[in-house]
Amino acid sequence: MNAIDSAPAAVSSGARPWRRLADWLFNRRGREPAPVRLTQRRIFLLPTRYGLFFALVLLVMLGGSINYSLSLGFVLTFLLASMTLVSMVHAFRNLVGLEVSITPAGRAFAGDTARFDATFVNPRRLPRYSVAIAHPAGSVQSTDCPGSGAGVCMLRIPAPSRGRLFPGRLTVFTRHPLGLFYAWSYVEPDRAAVVYPRPEAVAAPLPAGGTGEEGQRTGMLDGQDDFEGLRRWKPGDAPQRIAWKAVARGQGLLTKRFVAEAGARAWFDWNDTPASLGEEGRLSRLARWVIDADAAGMTFGLRLPGRVLAPASGEAQREAALEALALHGSHR
Amino acid sequence: MIAATASPQVPWLREALWCAVIVPLVAAPLLADAPHALLVLGSALAFWRAFVIGRRSIGARQHDAVLPVSLHSNWMLLASLAVVLAPHAWRLPPWLTLLVGLLVGWRIAVMRRRLQPPPRALLVAMVSAASAGIFLQYGTLFGREPGVALLSVMIALKLLELKSRRDATVLAFLAYFLVITNFLYSQTLPTALLMLVAVVMVTATMIGFHQRQPAFRQTTALAAQLLAQSIPLMVVLFVFFPRLPGPLWGLPRDGGQGVTGLSDSMSPGSLSQLSASADVAFRVEFVGPVPRTADLYWRGPVFWEFDGRIWSPGGAPPGQAAAPVVRAISEPIAYTVTLEPHFERWLLALDMPSALPPEARATSDFALLANAPVRTRVRYEGRAALDYRANENETEANLRRALQLPAGLNPRSLALAAGLRDAGLEPQQVIERLLARFRNEPFFYTTNPPLLGSEHTVDQFLFESRRGFCEHYASAFTFLMRAAGVPARVVTGYQGGVVNPVGNYLVVRQAEAHAWSEVWLSGRGWVRVDPTAAVSPLRVESGIAASIAIDDPLPMLVRGSLPMLSRAGFAMDAIANAWNQWVLSYNTQRQQQLLRNLGIDADDWKVLSVMLLAGAAAATLLATLLALRGVIPGRRDPSVAAWERLCGKLARAGLVRLPSEGPTAYARRVADVRPDLAEPVRQIADAYVRLRYQPPDPQRPAAALAGDLRRRVRQLKI
Repeated sequence: MNAIDSAPAAVSSGARPWRRLADWLFNRRGREPAPVRLTQRRIFLLPTRYGLFFALVLLVMLGGSINYSLSLGFVLTFLLASMTLVSMVHAFRNLVGLEVSITPAGRAFAGDTARFDATFVNPRRLPRYSVAIAHPAGSVQSTDCPGSGAGVCMLRIPAPSRGRLFPGRLTVFTRHPLGLFYAWSYVEPDRAAVVYPRPEAVAAPLPAGGTGEEGQRTGMLDGQDDFEGLRRWKPGDAPQRIAWKAVARGQGLLTKRFVAEAGARAWFDWNDTPASLGEEGRLSRLARWVIDADAAGMTFGLRLPGRVLAPASGEAQREAALEALALHGSHR
Repeated sequence: MIAATASPQVPWLREALWCAVIVPLVAAPLLADAPHALLVLGSALAFWRAFVIGRRSIGARQHDAVLPVSLHSNWMLLASLAVVLAPHAWRLPPWLTLLVGLLVGWRIAVMRRRLQPPPRALLVAMVSAASAGIFLQYGTLFGREPGVALLSVMIALKLLELKSRRDATVLAFLAYFLVITNFLYSQTLPTALLMLVAVVMVTATMIGFHQRQPAFRQTTALAAQLLAQSIPLMVVLFVFFPRLPGPLWGLPRDGGQGVTGLSDSMSPGSLSQLSASADVAFRVEFVGPVPRTADLYWRGPVFWEFDGRIWSPGGAPPGQAAAPVVRAISEPIAYTVTLEPHFERWLLALDMPSALPPEARATSDFALLANAPVRTRVRYEGRAALDYRANENETEANLRRALQLPAGLNPRSLALAAGLRDAGLEPQQVIERLLARFRNEPFFYTTNPPLLGSEHTVDQFLFESRRGFCEHYASAFTFLMRAAGVPARVVTGYQGGVVNPVGNYLVVRQAEAHAWSEVWLSGRGWVRVDPTAAVSPLRVESGIAASIAIDDPLPMLVRGSLPMLSRAGFAMDAIANAWNQWVLSYNTQRQQQLLRNLGIDADDWKVLSVMLLAGAAAATLLATLLALRGVIPGRRDPSVAAWERLCGKLARAGLVRLPSEGPTAYARRVADVRPDLAEPVRQIADAYVRLRYQPPDPQRPAAALAGDLRRRVRQLKI
């Protein structure tokens, strides 16, 4: 998936009447469920600046043909002018009928980029080339869709804050075949990525008030002593936990797992975090705890205002906890 | 290359400079002089500023300028440019061809990672040096030759520093433009075919720029498809686009150089030089049968004044230009001439023209003149009377002109003529005596006569060398007639022609150029006398090939000695003629003629624009339908269409199919909600599933099943 040359900028964000006119003109429908079929009513065409420059070249050629009474000059000029027009239809046909699904993929922490997969299903036998998708913030990816096949683009969209991240209005476009016309369509997916709060950078000690029946206190988690094993790296893992030797061996990114005390159990409570951190800060701390506890293989529960997550361990618990943190305060 | 020296912080300045280099470069071959170039440059800059930079928010953006071009596209671009530059290689001065070749070679070495591209300073130096060299070579940078030279060198230099997709796109545009500069030199069918190949290649190259993994076969096939779909619209535009008669802004001064053909004077050797040329002078279609070869005298410029060596038209006495009067005795013959451009004003006409084409006028000596020099191939209709009386009442002034002789030259000839005059012979008898002299004495007809001295050329020819081509005989005969007191003049033109059996028209080549005499006889007017016929009857009766010795130089095509070759030659000329008639000669006149034949008033621009728009719309629609075959819904699998129709029917009844629901599950849900529909819907779903998702069943052919499915959907009432 090569980054391709450019992103179409958002159409004017100027005055309101213009906005309304543009909404009507570009047939904006708000968020739509996938798949979105690119019908002819939602595909737009404009010449690129190369198209305009080419028109100028054609005018010079027409003038030359008239001046010199060059019959073949007329033939060439008219052939190229017709070809320009036909290339517009080809740009249109390169998009029409595609079924676009944009789905969040993987997880993201606030401040990172959220990954979305854009799948273009081509229900017809005609192959499509260089179908690109762009986000106003600048990420542009393109793919080919073989006949009766599909192409996938990975789109990275900045996720500045936690919560649900809708990709917004994305532009599906193509400049194929000649680059003289730009065909595009707007797609606004209804699927959002869940952006987790960014975990605190400095690992705070886990809350001491373990209230498990066993009454065991969980110790510091980053004791270097009890190395349990390796697992696949996940976003949010501290860099000092990465098994660099494994990376050097070509095994990919792996994270070292440490266990403080097997079977340790903890409750992470909103009220255990100092109010001075502010709402986001408190969520960040909780996120840090959740990640560290999971890395240590602990069993933990989460208590948020209006939401309690029963103690459990493992990946599912960790994801559930992070999602609860991400969506804290938002209406589900 | 120059644009890059501008500061990147001021993008519009960069763009403007870039435009300032490219646009005049493109226009140079088509422009006559610098003021026009400045005009074009100014409007181009305004255009660039207003439309291209101002609307950057849509479409391509700045970083297009840094986007790399794939190696495949690089090679394709190089190959396309090679095809369009190749025909120019023979036309450029050798040092330029060599320079362009070296630069292209350097580019290849860069692409194969053998060499580094030149540093910017060297590029700038090469641009300046090449421009200076071209200026020194031609004395200007504008016009056809220097313009093409400049464009070729600049393209080679731009190729050498090609980096981004923008550079490559500009080069592709220039390649299209180079195609049209080739047409400035040649518009023959082979050139057209080569350039068609070039256009397909350039288009494939452009497609490659916009494809992630360009493959030669696929991009070429798509380019061919694009061009094929453009043909209907191209034809409509070609036929109906209003043709303005050129030129719009004047032609470069270098047009029409090196064209062979008749000239506006005649000296010994001027026509025999033409006999080496197989170029076509004109082609003729006769309405009726083709007249005998001996009657095919094609009249061109007429010469009155003789300075002892050179025959020239001479000025008619002021106010005395008599109207040409032709009285046809035989039924006039109608014909149509397609004359190749010769950059002079005369039109060739069969002797004697009895009616004028509308766009021509006749001089008092029956030569036809066009309103302007013939710069492009022209087509005109003529009528000729083979038996005629021309200017029976000639003016005194003209008769005096037809008797003038240079003083003190050719004493022996003068003496010969005086002898005839003093013998008291009738003019008709003088003619016969002189022709008999040519016939009986050892005169030879040759395309390769000895050179004559500078003073008494007629004496030298008549009494010493006695070897000559038609101009020698016509000149000597006219001189003798004048000396004998009979008004006479020289007529040049062509004699004969070869019927092309493939296309059923007559081809007249430059080698058939001829000169003869006309004498004025009281009561008969101007009478044609061809002294060459007396020396070499075959020349007039069978054409030049039969009359010329085998070792005299004559082009193969004219001699026609090999039957195979001449048959192939006829076929090729017939193709070339059809190409000329239908494509190249399509101009304002023929457009109006065609429109009249279609019942359209060509002068009414409203009707014409409606025709143009309607035709263009129809052709665009056709192209659109062709391009969208297999993509628009009309061509979908009919079973899918039928299934979707069923879903639509059920949706209107409140049973919307969920995106997750397959046909079987949907049918089941329908059965739960509407038991009355359970059975038909289940059958339809079954048939649909079988057609779409199951291997073909020999017992139940797919076609029958699909028909069944469509019928059931149609019949379903909800």
